[in-house]
Amino acid sequence: MSDGEASGPARREGRVLLEARAVTRTYRLGRDVEVPALRGVSFVVDRGDYVAIVGSSGSGKSTLLNLLGALDRPTDGAVRYDGRDVREMSDPELADLRNTRIGFVFQSFHLLPRLTARDNVILPLVYRPGSRRERRDRAEAALTAVGLADRMDHRPTELSGGQQQRVAIARAIVTDPALILADEPTGNLDSRTGEDIMALLERIQTEQDTALVVITHERQIARRAHSTIELRDGLIVGEVAA
Amino acid sequence: MTVREAFRVAMQALAANRLRSALTTLGVLIGVMSVVLLVAIGQGARSEITGAIEGLGSNLLFVLPGDGEFGQGPTRSRFVLDDVDLIERELPGAETRVAGYTVGAEALQADGARVNATVLAVTASYPRVFNRELARGQAVTESDVVTARRVAVLGATTAEELFPGQDPIGRNLTIGGIRYRVSGVLARIGGGGSPFGPDQDRNVLVPITSGQRLFGTDRLDAIFVRATSTAAVEADRSTVERALSQRLDEDEFSVISQDEIIGVVGDILQILTIVLAAIAGISLLVGGVGVSNIMLVSVSERTREIGLRKALGARTRDITTQFLLEAIVLTGIGGAIGLGLGISGALLVAQFAPVPAEITGWSIALALGVSVAVGLVFGVLPARRAGQLDPVEALRRE
Repeated sequence: MSDGEASGPARREGRVLLEARAVTRTYRLGRDVEVPALRGVSFVVDRGDYVAIVGSSGSGKSTLLNLLGALDRPTDGAVRYDGRDVREMSDPELADLRNTRIGFVFQSFHLLPRLTARDNVILPLVYRPGSRRERRDRAEAALTAVGLADRMDHRPTELSGGQQQRVAIARAIVTDPALILADEPTGNLDSRTGEDIMALLERIQTEQDTALVVITHERQIARRAHSTIELRDGLIVGEVAA
Repeated sequence: MTVREAFRVAMQALAANRLRSALTTLGVLIGVMSVVLLVAIGQGARSEITGAIEGLGSNLLFVLPGDGEFGQGPTRSRFVLDDVDLIERELPGAETRVAGYTVGAEALQADGARVNATVLAVTASYPRVFNRELARGQAVTESDVVTARRVAVLGATTAEELFPGQDPIGRNLTIGGIRYRVSGVLARIGGGGSPFGPDQDRNVLVPITSGQRLFGTDRLDAIFVRATSTAAVEADRSTVERALSQRLDEDEFSVISQDEIIGVVGDILQILTIVLAAIAGISLLVGGVGVSNIMLVSVSERTREIGLRKALGARTRDITTQFLLEAIVLTGIGGAIGLGLGISGALLVAQFAPVPAEITGWSIALALGVSVAVGLVFGVLPARRAGQLDPVEALRRE
């Protein structure tokens, strides 16, 4: 991670995955009330990078997550994936970007309760071409990679919180994304399980050269990252490179 | 996402909510069932009635009072027995081809047995014009007519009811209090009565002259002419019209062919069938509104799921397709089961009720087509709403 102002994509061409440049996001509440959530944020995430985004609630963390996840477009400025500005992409193109480049891990896991662990992991593969057999194989490989080879047919309610988050991680990596976007991944877990989950995410990040962006309000989680972006009131107030 | 994949996802979602899916389906099911069943009954009634008219024989001309326009009040007949002679004089071979009658309902009594029957006061030619065979005894003869003899030819069922286990020939009975003697018994036609026509095996034939005396009239209700062939129907019609216009005004009688009656009656019953189908269609529509309603509930319940799917790469179209398919599967299943029940119901009706039911291809196609269309039409709104959900908002929803 480095300062977006100082380092243009030209400097490290080929390594830049995602670039935020002077990003603002303003929400309109009613007719005349505008709430600025992000007020000009710039940074770069390289391939295989490990970045923590910290800040208290209301700092603009969630807004930034939505922008990095291509779930939302900035009001002003640019979010570029592989050099392409998301503001210039259509809705279907954004959907494809999310499907092929990004894996989400949420605080509350977001597993579908009526599906088995395997079918939950298959979910993102449904939205891309491929045979059922291939999807199954990939899902089972992903579940095995997160240590749940013996829990494939369990439903979320039959799994512990840590196991559920592992299923969610398997779902995030099953598409071989370039970026894993984890939003408070340990927020609903006890500290030991949280530790395991972070270790798992970090292992994936190093072994598969996947960029990992963790959004958290916990300092000790943030400290593990290679670099940290601290947000306050919609602005970056501190950056620490490890 | 392929349609097959969307279909699988839709089935998963429906299976997760079995009771609700079943109840939603029920609305469409009942609608389709009523369409199929009511159309079957309407069609059955139509072929029953047209069949009954055809059963009178072929190539018949009906000479009826009035100008033959529908929608007019009953017209008093001005036909008399002389009109039959008038026609007979003009038509070649007419003695066996022209018949007239007057109809009344009377109480019949014999040996304490008492039944009500339709009494047809007929000319001697009646059995030949209408192909009625005699089982026993003697038919109404020309001399019975001339002398206004009080003899009666009983339908098979009436004969059995009045004289159970006995030979009725030569026995006495009273018709409307007047004494008659049984001269013959008609052969059984079978088929029984229907709500649309009396049982012909319960008819009683008496000579036209004595019948007119019985009913206190000198009129005929109708005259019938049998053409020798289908090709001769039109020529006979002109002859009959010419003959009658010597005595009657143009609007006092009309000559209608059997085919015309079948056509008109068939048309009326077809309209009846369509009206029945339309009424049943309304219940199908209500079922569709139910589907729409439940799909909207489902969309709002699954907002988080929709947000998640979008985050994982589902396009708007993928979500829309999924919910649309859910609606179509719901109505399609309802349609298929409703069709099965409707057909079973129609077969049951045909078995036990006096109205036969007839299943037609078009009602089946209509019911299935409409139920799928209902799913499509009523699924579009919820499906679009689902597809257009903002993933950020949707994921945040508790």
